[in-house]
Amino acid sequence: MATIEHAGSSYDVDEDGFLTKGMEEWNQGWVEYVKGLEGITDLTDEHWKVINALQDYYKKNGIAPMVRILSKTTGYPLKRIYELFPSGPGKGACKMAGLPKPTGCV
Amino acid sequence: MTGSIPTKEWMDVPAVFKEGNFCYPAKKSMVEYHKFPNPREWSPDQDDWKLPDGWEDIILKGLKERLDKFRSLKLFMDTCVRCGACADKCHFFLGTGDPKNMPVLRAELLRSVYRNDFTAAGKLLGRLAGGRPMTVGVLKEWFMYAYQCTECRRCSVFCPYGIDQAEITMMMRELLHLVGVGTNWILEPAANSNRTGNHMGLQPHTLKDNVSYLCDDIETITGIRVEPTFNRKGAEILFITPSADVFAEPGIYTAMGYLLLFHHIGLDYTFSTYASEGGNFGLFTSNEMMKKLNAKMYAEAKRLGVKWILGGECGHMWRVLHQYMDTMNGPADFLEVPKSPITNTVFENAASTKMVHISEFTADLIRNNKLKIDPKRNAHRIPTWHDSCNTSRAMGLLDEPRYVLDHVVPKWYEMPENTIREKTFCCGSGTGLNTGEIMELRMRSGLPRANAVKHVEDKFGVNTLACVCAIDRATLTALMDYWNPNVKVCGLSELVGNSLIMDGEKERETGLRFEPLEGMEG
Repeated sequence: MATIEHAGSSYDVDEDGFLTKGMEEWNQGWVEYVKGLEGITDLTDEHWKVINALQDYYKKNGIAPMVRILSKTTGYPLKRIYELFPSGPGKGACKMAGLPKPTGCV
Repeated sequence: MTGSIPTKEWMDVPAVFKEGNFCYPAKKSMVEYHKFPNPREWSPDQDDWKLPDGWEDIILKGLKERLDKFRSLKLFMDTCVRCGACADKCHFFLGTGDPKNMPVLRAELLRSVYRNDFTAAGKLLGRLAGGRPMTVGVLKEWFMYAYQCTECRRCSVFCPYGIDQAEITMMMRELLHLVGVGTNWILEPAANSNRTGNHMGLQPHTLKDNVSYLCDDIETITGIRVEPTFNRKGAEILFITPSADVFAEPGIYTAMGYLLLFHHIGLDYTFSTYASEGGNFGLFTSNEMMKKLNAKMYAEAKRLGVKWILGGECGHMWRVLHQYMDTMNGPADFLEVPKSPITNTVFENAASTKMVHISEFTADLIRNNKLKIDPKRNAHRIPTWHDSCNTSRAMGLLDEPRYVLDHVVPKWYEMPENTIREKTFCCGSGTGLNTGEIMELRMRSGLPRANAVKHVEDKFGVNTLACVCAIDRATLTALMDYWNPNVKVCGLSELVGNSLIMDGEKERETGLRFEPLEGMEG
């Protein structure tokens, strides 16, 4: 476990850089920090649509959605999600939204 | 590894941990959840592993208990003559070149401590008799190499004494847990499974939604609406499959295959949101954990009043079911000997466990002409067959999937003889090693498998690697992306489902992945 300092806030993260306390600790500053990590130039409404969809789903289900459900909810095909989040829906988008990494046979 | 002659005795070469060569340790919260000893923050690449006081005694006492309890362990410790037949059979040794990945030497890591403290020769002569005391260095070595073994048991096929190296690795992992040394990628799915019924952590409503989503896709592709049921009392059959089948690609296409097949034959079956996991990461943790997680299957079958259980495409699930379940949580005398309601075939081989594998079930349907199949729908695929370690070596499922494959695709090709059936090579990432932080190790340990696939890709134009295991579907995908990027991975039931001619279907334009179907007249 490590602590990340960014723009005056500190965040506890796991080895993969996901927020240890998840959405409890998530805020705008975290989004800005992951934006830098992901190499995203401008954060657009499209990014926010994905982040909001992930968080809404997580609140109802306690887990990240299947990728295809995320595509359906946002209306973005997987290719577009990769364009928005270069390291993908799991590593990039989930990290930015403050969701944990899925485990198991995946 | 340079391949040069070692300048030091193996006992004098320490295990060195660095980022990328170890699985992340179990989070404190996970260790606490399981009520395992010594929850704490720690990391293998730091010198101090924060072991509890008296940890050496805890390990030795744990070893003694297990030697008394498991006759097999005592035998495996005593009977090895170090002939070396296993040495070059391990995919981890072939991929890493690390001598401690020779199964004989991996076992020796434990056996040396056994000799030192539990045999007369070792007590008297110590290192001269191949013994060594339990030290921090030894413990670290156990952690490194017990997690560079996938318990695939290929080495055991070649062992003249039949030593089951998987059980030695299992013992090393059990002992490590006694002092709080374990990995998160195993303990978290085990916790999820205990809490929600499955590794993914899918709650009942999420599981239902996911399956329903797959039904929507099936409807879009075939025009047929399938209506699976959940937790339905009085269903004839309980169907249990790995939860990844209803969560991640490419497993979801396998699940769509099951759904189509069951609809095709009008099977009276139900899913369960309680026993919603075929896999069992307890097998990778400890015997007690395996027993606890496995208990849900029979408990749910009893509660729902089904006649028998049908199991989906998972590898290690079948090691647990076929070799441990009956004695751990059986006898399931409230169930009936499985009998196919479609063909009336009685599965005598499952008379005791009451659980039938989907490939056995499907092969029997085909053999009795109960399926309407158009193999041309899979004409865009030229598969080869990957025998999953556990279904092949732990339950002898060798010919049924091949028989199914013969009927659902126009053509497919075998990999070389010494890499299939009982001698199949592991995906390289089983037993909870399918985690991202050791990706380089995984690509190394999967190299022998990938190499055999490359052979048939070059020779026959193979473009699909078919299998019956959820870990395979996830890990072989990564392995193929790296070594053979033109080869896609799929479950056998995906090929079955895609080939079925459904009553009332619309004209098929795409496969279950929405990929266009080539050369198909419908």
